[in-house]
Amino acid sequence: MTELQLAEMKRFTADGKEYAFLIPSSSVVGLDEVTGAILEGFKDGPRNPAAVLETLSGHFNHDDLVDGLSELHQVGAITAPEHAVTIPPYRQQKDAPLSTLVLNVTNKCNLSCKYCYEYGEDKLAAPAATRFMDESTAFESVEFLLKRGGHLPRLTLTFFGGETLLNFKVVRATVEYARRRARESDKKIDFSLTTNATLLTDEIIGFLTENHVGVTISIDGPKEFQDRFRTYSNGAGSYDQILPRIKSLLKNHRTRPVGARVTLTSQVMDVIRIFDHLTDEIGFYEVGFAPVTTSANTLYSIGTSGFDSMLEQFTKLGARYLEKAARGEYLGFSNMSDSLQEIHTGVTKSYACGAGLGLLGVSPSGDIALCHRFVDSADHKLGNIRTGVDEQKRHEFNERTHLANKVECHTCWVRGMCSGGCYHEAQVRYGDIGHANLHYCDWIRGWTEVCLQTYAEIAEKNPSFFERFDERQGKGEPRYASS
Amino acid sequence: MRHLRAINRKARRIEQLMTANGDVYAMYQGPVGGGQQTTPRYPMGCSLVFSPGWEVDSAGGTAGLCQPVERDLYDCYVTCFWPAQVPDHLNNYPDWTKKCGAAAKDWRNIDLVFP
Repeated sequence: MTELQLAEMKRFTADGKEYAFLIPSSSVVGLDEVTGAILEGFKDGPRNPAAVLETLSGHFNHDDLVDGLSELHQVGAITAPEHAVTIPPYRQQKDAPLSTLVLNVTNKCNLSCKYCYEYGEDKLAAPAATRFMDESTAFESVEFLLKRGGHLPRLTLTFFGGETLLNFKVVRATVEYARRRARESDKKIDFSLTTNATLLTDEIIGFLTENHVGVTISIDGPKEFQDRFRTYSNGAGSYDQILPRIKSLLKNHRTRPVGARVTLTSQVMDVIRIFDHLTDEIGFYEVGFAPVTTSANTLYSIGTSGFDSMLEQFTKLGARYLEKAARGEYLGFSNMSDSLQEIHTGVTKSYACGAGLGLLGVSPSGDIALCHRFVDSADHKLGNIRTGVDEQKRHEFNERTHLANKVECHTCWVRGMCSGGCYHEAQVRYGDIGHANLHYCDWIRGWTEVCLQTYAEIAEKNPSFFERFDERQGKGEPRYASS
Repeated sequence: MRHLRAINRKARRIEQLMTANGDVYAMYQGPVGGGQQTTPRYPMGCSLVFSPGWEVDSAGGTAGLCQPVERDLYDCYVTCFWPAQVPDHLNNYPDWTKKCGAAAKDWRNIDLVFP
C-alpha cells in the first residue's frame, strides 16, 4: 500500500476550535475530532493510511475514519510523498497587462524626514537631472497605461513623490487628460495620491473630491511622534502645519475614504496610541503601519525586540478588530483588512507584489522602473515611457524575484502570501532585489497566524462580514502605493 | 464535507469541486444547470471513452493516457470479475461502491480502500 503523508499546512486554534491553513491552495478548513486525530496520526512522517486508521479504530467508528481520511485527501491535506512539497516553477510572464502605473511627479520634497530612503538611504538613485515631471511625460504615461492595460476595463494611476503636491499643476492636468482618454477608450481609471499634507489647500481638496482621487497621508501620529522624524530641513516639526489641513481634507473629501500611513521606527513604536490618535482624534477612515525601510545599523532601524513589540500591539488591535467585526462594524486597521482580504480569497503568490508585472513606476524624466521605490535607479531602469519597456530586463527581474529562486522561503508556511517581501527592502538590506527579507520572517509568520485566527473567528461568528471583501475585490478597489 | 468545514472562499471552491453533483458528468455535452456546456467533460483528463479501468487514448491504446490504467479498476469490478485486483466486494468490502450509482457521474464517490 502506498504511504501517504501530511501536506504542508499550518494548524492553528481560534476560540477553542481547530483549523488548518493548507498549502499550496491557501484554503482554510475547520477540523473536527476525527480529522484532527487523523492528522495527528501522520505527524511523524509518511505512513500507511490503513495503519493510521487502525490505531484510531478504538476511538472513532470506521465509516467516520474512512470519510475523514477521504476528505483530508481530497482537500489536499494528506497526500502522496512525491506531491507533498509544491514550489511553483518560474515561467516567463509574456503579456502581463499593466493595471497600475505610479507616476513620481517629482523627486523633490519640502520635508526632510530623517528616515527617508529617497535622498540616498537606499543609495539607489543618483541625483536626477529632472526634478519635476512635465505634462507631456505625464500624458504619455497615461497613453502607456491605456495601451499596456490590454483588456483590463479598470486601471489605476497613482501619483507619488517626493512630495506629490509640489507638482500639483501636472497632477491636475494629468487627471483631466486621463479621464478624457479613459472615456474615449471605454475604460475606467481610478486615481490615488500620497502626500505629506503640508501643501493641501481648499482648492486642491476640492479637486481631489470632485475627481474621486483616493488620498493617503503619510503621518506618524501625535505631535511628539510626527515631529521626531517628519521634519523640515531646519529641523522644525511638521505636525502643527499639517493638522488643520488634514482636518479640512477629512471634512470635505467625502467621495473616497482617506487613509493614513505610518512609518514605524525603533523610537516611534506606540502603535495603539498612534492608531487611536489618527482614527478617534483626527478622523482617518483607515490607518496602515509599515516598518521603516533601512539598513540594519541605523539608530531608528527596528530590531528583533521592536518586531516583537509591534506584533504584540498589532495583536491587541486585531482583537479590537475582531470584536467589532463580530458585531458587523469596521475598524480601520488596514494591515488587518489587507491580510484578511488575502486569506478570504485564498491568495497564493509567486511574487511578493505586482512590481514589474501589473505595476510599474515612472520617474520625472519618464524612465520606467520596477516600482515607484526604484525610480531614478540606473541599475533598475526598465526603459522609458517614450521608447517602451526593456522586456529582456523585465524578465530578468521577474525571474530573480520569483519564489522559486528564494530557497529560504521554500520551507516556510506563509510563503504563498509573503513571497519573500518587498524587493526594495531587500535591495536596501541585502543589496539584491531577489533576496528574501529574512530579518522579518518571524514577524510575518507571527502576524499571519494572528490574522488566520481572527479570520476563522469572524467566519464563525459573523460570516457576512466578509461580503465587503468580495465587493472590494469585485470593484478592483485600488490600493495605494506605500511610501 | 462531513468532517471538514470550508472556512474561506478558496476552501469553499474546493468543496464545490469535491461535491459537485452532476457538475462532472463524463462525456456529457448538453446544458448543465443554468449554464451552457459546450465541451464534453473527461473526468480523467485525456481519455476518449469513459469506462473506468478501460480508458484508451486517441490512438486507441493506453500509452497516451495521463494516468496509468491501473489507477482505476472500477470497470473490472462492474463488468468483469477480477477479484485479485479490485476490492473484494463479496466478503471484506461489500459497500465499496455504495455511493456510486452511476460511474460516469459518481466516480469520485468510490470509497478509498486500505487493504
